[in-house]
Amino acid sequence: MRPLNPFNKPQPSNDPAPSRWSYRMERLWLTPAFRKCVRVFLPAMLVVAGIGLYFSDADRQKVISEKYAEIRRSVEERPEFMVKIMAIDGASSGLNNAIREVMPVDLPLSSFDLDLEAMRKQVESLDAVKRVDVRVRAGGLLQINVEERVPAVVWRGPDGLELLDVGGHRVSAVQSRAARPDLPLIAGEGANTAVPEALALLERTSPIRDRVLGVVRISERRWDVVLNRDQRIMLPPLQPDLALDRVLALNEAQDLLKRDVTHIDIRNPDRPTLRMTSDALTSMREMQGIKVNSN
Amino acid sequence: MTDLYQSQRAMRNKRQAAMQRGVIAVLDVGSSKIACLVLRFDGPENFRDSDGIGSMAGQSSFRVIGAATTRSRGVRFGEIDAMHETERAIRTAVQAAQKMAGVRVDHVIACFAGAKPRSYGLAGSVDLHDGAVTDNCVARVLSSCDVPDYGENREILHAQPVNFAVDHRSGLGDPRGQAGNALSVDMHMLSVDRAPIENLLYCIKRCDLELAGIASSSYAAGISSLVEDEQELGAACIDLGGGSTGISIFIKKHMIYADTVRMGGDHVTSDISQGLQVPMPTAERIKTFYGGVQATGMDDRDMIDLSSDTGDWEHDRRTVSRAEVIGVMRPRMEEILEEVRVRLDAAGFEHLPSQRIVLTGGASQLPGLDGLATRILGQQVRLGRPLRVQGLPQSVTGPSFASAVGTCLFAAHPQDEWWDFDIPVEGYPARSLKRAVKWFKDNW
Repeated sequence: MRPLNPFNKPQPSNDPAPSRWSYRMERLWLTPAFRKCVRVFLPAMLVVAGIGLYFSDADRQKVISEKYAEIRRSVEERPEFMVKIMAIDGASSGLNNAIREVMPVDLPLSSFDLDLEAMRKQVESLDAVKRVDVRVRAGGLLQINVEERVPAVVWRGPDGLELLDVGGHRVSAVQSRAARPDLPLIAGEGANTAVPEALALLERTSPIRDRVLGVVRISERRWDVVLNRDQRIMLPPLQPDLALDRVLALNEAQDLLKRDVTHIDIRNPDRPTLRMTSDALTSMREMQGIKVNSN
Repeated sequence: MTDLYQSQRAMRNKRQAAMQRGVIAVLDVGSSKIACLVLRFDGPENFRDSDGIGSMAGQSSFRVIGAATTRSRGVRFGEIDAMHETERAIRTAVQAAQKMAGVRVDHVIACFAGAKPRSYGLAGSVDLHDGAVTDNCVARVLSSCDVPDYGENREILHAQPVNFAVDHRSGLGDPRGQAGNALSVDMHMLSVDRAPIENLLYCIKRCDLELAGIASSSYAAGISSLVEDEQELGAACIDLGGGSTGISIFIKKHMIYADTVRMGGDHVTSDISQGLQVPMPTAERIKTFYGGVQATGMDDRDMIDLSSDTGDWEHDRRTVSRAEVIGVMRPRMEEILEEVRVRLDAAGFEHLPSQRIVLTGGASQLPGLDGLATRILGQQVRLGRPLRVQGLPQSVTGPSFASAVGTCLFAAHPQDEWWDFDIPVEGYPARSLKRAVKWFKDNW
């Protein structure tokens, strides 16, 4: 009989049987999920944890980031990447100076440090600049192509005289009306928001060009055309151009503007009204009186 | 009866689960060796779109991906004798096979030889209500079989319908859809002792494995080493194992009888050991190298050294002639075969149309055994080797692995058993409904 006492077990010399635990371990190891866990996830976790531990030290982080910055610097500052000259095309000399003044960079500078988009925004923030391209060209050249705003009108606004382009955008301030006699004058609050309308009106006044002083925006809704000899054409807010055409036609037919009227009020197109000078009014009364009397 | 039905059904479900997972192990717990084969069910047959017989007669649905054998310990007469020893041996085999396969195995189908199998022929018959045989009718007729009193402490290992008859037309393999008035069935039932099965279950559970099926090794040896026409026409398979000799008789591709003789190759070894006064390992070695059952004149001059190291010069320098060894072995082999003959006669083997006898198992490798068996069992004796299955290593293709390979086939294509059919509705015990009601009352 074999000994049953577990402490008195004869050690079989060549027992190939695995112990129960080694058998279980072997089976566990053959489980695909466990195997994948041990062979993939565990090493990955260890690597991640190791890297995390290594980089969690602040000094080490600083050293590494400094080293990195140094290497980066050394590459960026190679002469191949340096921008030395700025070239500005399409700008007048005053604008040229303004751009150079506003440009936030001191050349020479590495092209990595240039924020072209910011520079473009910066230049575009100048009123006189309509559109700008900023690019770094070969040979260390910072090329800035500028399209200037062309002033179309002089606006007598609350801040003094300003030049506006056709869209109503400010171009620059101007000292006096005499500085730009070639441009028409507009005035009134809110006139800058309706520059195209004003220009269209002024275009229609070409038959009386020599008499027109300018147009005035009234209450930010309608226009007055101001003529010399203290005359004014008051236009309606809706379809002012047609109303102006009517006045001009009247003028052509009856020389209305040469007469002694101060205001031609066509704000209500159904009922055009004339305001006359007091002399004219008196003489008209007289004429009416004669007529009344004669009747 | 119902418990057994449930447990067998549970095993079938586990087998199904294992097939879904694709890996199942086959364990042959023998008296001289424990073999473990790991099968993978991903062969071309699993993905066939057409019907019919596939390559290798439909046996290529699985591949053997791991095979291991270990010397059996603690098993006598095909029954587990020392549980822990056997458990260790099973563990060894399973671990080695797993290692070779590279996958973990959770389900195992086991076969074992012993436990005194006894065959019963059962007959049942039912009237057909609606004139045609349906699945339900088959289940009804199977459960209508009158089960004999097979004894206390015994379990049913196999219960296979062998033959169906509708009215007077007998010999039907599949009666479903046939029209008739009565359906009758012949069923073969194999019962074994309960204790060895429980021991085996315990050992397998201790190895963290789940039992997905259990087979008698004489049945398994029969399905692996009988060729198709032998199974069809009638043949007996004699599985000459280490501790017991299994007998199974097949006809019309069904096993109709199984039995074991509780003698085998180990008894031959112990005869040599006793007769020649040598230790068992030496006797085993002499048996495998010089054994035989037919002495010739040459064998008188063929001397075998019985070297040992007892220190006694005379004792250590003994020699025996091969004829003497044969003289020791032959009576025992004759006794085994005579006993087989008795069992076959008891089973009525001589009434079968074909009386082919196939010898397989480890002890069938004894030279000259076919001649001896011819004399005792009849003229139509041949030596059988198990069917070749895909991926089987060369080292486990010998006749000693007939039952292991047969269990592979059993795992892949189990024959219909009684528990594969649903219990007919009227067969449910009335108290199960009462139990359900009681359960509701208790819980709500």
